Amino acid sequence: MVKKKDMSKGLPDPSELMDEILAKYPTKIAKKRKKAMVSNDPKEDQEIQANVRTIPGIITQRGCTYAGCKGVVLGPTRDIINLVHGPIGCSFYAWLTRRNQTRPAEGEDNFMTYAFSTDMQDENIVFGGEAKLKDAIREAYEMFQPKSIGIFSTCPVGLIGDDVHAVAREMKAELGINIFGFSCEGYRGVSQSAGHHIANNGVFTHVVGNNDREREGKFQVNLLGEYNIGGDAFELERLFEEAGFTLLSTFSGNSTIKNMEYSHTADLNMVMCHRSINYIAEMMEEKYGIPWVKVNFISAEGTAKSLRKAAEYFDDAELTAKVEKIIKREMAKVEKVKKEVEPKTTGKLAMMFVGGSRAHHYQDLFKEIGVTTVSAGYEFAHRDDYEGRKVLPNIKIDADTRNIEDLSVSKDDKLFRDDLAEKKQKLMDSGYAFSDYEGMMPEMNSNSLVIDDVNHWETEKLIEFYKPDVFCAGIKEKYVVQKSGVPLKQLHSYDYGGPYAGFEGAINFYKEMERMLSTNIWKMVDAPWKSEPEIVGSFAINE
Amino acid sequence: MRKVAIYGKGGIGKSTTTQNTVAGLVEAGKNVMVVGCDPKADSTRLLLGGLAQKTVLDTLREEGEDVELEDIVRPGFSGVRCVESGGPEPGVGCAGRGIITSINLLEQLGAWDEKFSIDYTFYDVLGDVVCGGFAMPIREGKAEEIYIVVSGEMMAMYAANNICKGIKKYAEAGGVRLGGLICNSRKVDNESAMIEELARQLGTQMIHFVPRDNMVQRAEINRKTVIDYEPDHNQANEYRTLAEAIDKNEMFVIPTPLEIEQLEKLLIDFGIAN
Repeated sequence: MVKKKDMSKGLPDPSELMDEILAKYPTKIAKKRKKAMVSNDPKEDQEIQANVRTIPGIITQRGCTYAGCKGVVLGPTRDIINLVHGPIGCSFYAWLTRRNQTRPAEGEDNFMTYAFSTDMQDENIVFGGEAKLKDAIREAYEMFQPKSIGIFSTCPVGLIGDDVHAVAREMKAELGINIFGFSCEGYRGVSQSAGHHIANNGVFTHVVGNNDREREGKFQVNLLGEYNIGGDAFELERLFEEAGFTLLSTFSGNSTIKNMEYSHTADLNMVMCHRSINYIAEMMEEKYGIPWVKVNFISAEGTAKSLRKAAEYFDDAELTAKVEKIIKREMAKVEKVKKEVEPKTTGKLAMMFVGGSRAHHYQDLFKEIGVTTVSAGYEFAHRDDYEGRKVLPNIKIDADTRNIEDLSVSKDDKLFRDDLAEKKQKLMDSGYAFSDYEGMMPEMNSNSLVIDDVNHWETEKLIEFYKPDVFCAGIKEKYVVQKSGVPLKQLHSYDYGGPYAGFEGAINFYKEMERMLSTNIWKMVDAPWKSEPEIVGSFAINE
Repeated sequence: MRKVAIYGKGGIGKSTTTQNTVAGLVEAGKNVMVVGCDPKADSTRLLLGGLAQKTVLDTLREEGEDVELEDIVRPGFSGVRCVESGGPEPGVGCAGRGIITSINLLEQLGAWDEKFSIDYTFYDVLGDVVCGGFAMPIREGKAEEIYIVVSGEMMAMYAANNICKGIKKYAEAGGVRLGGLICNSRKVDNESAMIEELARQLGTQMIHFVPRDNMVQRAEINRKTVIDYEPDHNQANEYRTLAEAIDKNEMFVIPTPLEIEQLEKLLIDFGIAN
């Protein structure tokens, strides 16, 4: 093990490392990758390249458009049959691969433990798969009587031109339940991000607004961009309930289509993952006048701040008092565990390359236990997730982005909440921020290295240079990183752990990090005979 | 066995020329198999006397995996073995993938077993090579020699040149070669000379000039090849000559496709563009 660099007085200038990484690339690729790397200066406005095509041949972390639509956004919703139209291999993503948890009430539908696929064969490719799709829908309906069915298009469906939307309309008329299709073929975008957008459009068009339910709570909210990995949503639901917020729907952790249908009757949308779900937040504000705020329930401080922000919006003395009471009680528990783990965690180094918001949110959690993030980046984020929403007007709309439909939404004269728009204006005048996201880069240390769509070669060089104590990414990176003697924490699936959201989640994460950072096992990754002979002995020969 | 594929612009007369030529070869004692690679499944109509043939893909769909060679190979004029690949209706599915599936199935079923002692296989492919599936016969060595049916009309020559680009691509990687151009006359001025010049510039030959004759239509309406319908007619002899030329052909080349300017110049030089 090589001696670690001293980073207590600030991070080293990474330009040398960047040059070394780029030197191995062919000129054209080096030019492109250079734009995706930034030595961070939080005081400056720095541009980073994001949401552009991955270079063929580079081992990327990214997934496909279909995975983003089916797996990420609709995957955690339990009362819809998510039917994959395609070959069986694609249907890997149809079966709870993200550890999304859910909690149905007694007798309520839960289809998440099933995988539904049309299992297209050669014959369906040649003659078209629409007939098989219809049969599959009828069969699923007969067996389960769901209230809705979603159809997800895989690559071959787009290539042969099956019209899933026409099939959905026909089957909807025949069966009398809500059925809708997604043209989310894997190749549609540069990453899973395109799939998130397509899913947002579909859910907004076919689900949101189907039920104008009378209000049932005093403070009605939605939580957007929370996916209940490892039970995160349960912890947040606990806090909301105690404080007195009525959570109408989460998009989409522990969610149901039933709840989404009346989610437009909320007073406030709280957006957690800005990347995957901001489209619905924007469209709901446009159509129904519901304002949205950016929140972050990853980290104890973030949770406290987000709860306060929501309470401030409603400006109700009782609500505020309850929120403060919860924060006080929970923070006491958090502080106690924090003190216990700090000796093992303070001064350690982390890096994280994951998602479209997690690489940002988890830095807060690490900061609370004294761990410095030396390098970070997203898999599929856009420039606004790095640099903040202020760059939105300047983002170049390329052909790949144009390929994804941008819904035009107009004001619903009957349901538009003028009172909320007015409230928003008043709060803004007093300095309350709406529809804001500052991005990851302004909150990172000077000289930390920000890389978009990192690949394996770059990962290896980063580990060599920084020698981090923990690396956060996904399953595709896990074993490569661990082979170089660095523990990896999966932030897609949480390995087998969680929840990590909210106060209880923070406590879980502190303990997990204490465990991972204090073990010596990773120093033993190299076999002993790599550095010393396995057996030492002597022999004599008798003549 | 010689493996031949016939390409050319849509409507140029590929299927008619193929079947008439095959009739000539069969008459000369050759053992021939014809594989129609067009979803319309009309490549063997004249050889089968108009019998509606069940296609490979339809059979596969109805019988499942339990398909026998006899279900899909039908004997036609003088014992010629006829197969129609088939495919989806227009506007659905993937016809190209269908061709791939069906040729693979034929191979698995042993359609080319030695016991059949086949001398020639003809692949009759639809129109332009629109996608990978339709290039199947020239990929992976399914066909080894290609003849392009062409006429003196500009778009037919344009298509022939495009097909040469496809052949060149696969010729460099595999063994496929261009055997020549078959001119199926449309009575364009200077047609024969112009196609000879096109062939020269492509690095190949005009293997035969088939004159236009209404006898072809008459035989076709009777669901027969000319050789079958009116064996003593001059047009029958034209196809016999073409069959013999193909049988004796030894000129197999990698074509040198023309630039569009070159092609236009050719048309101007021979006077039809004026």
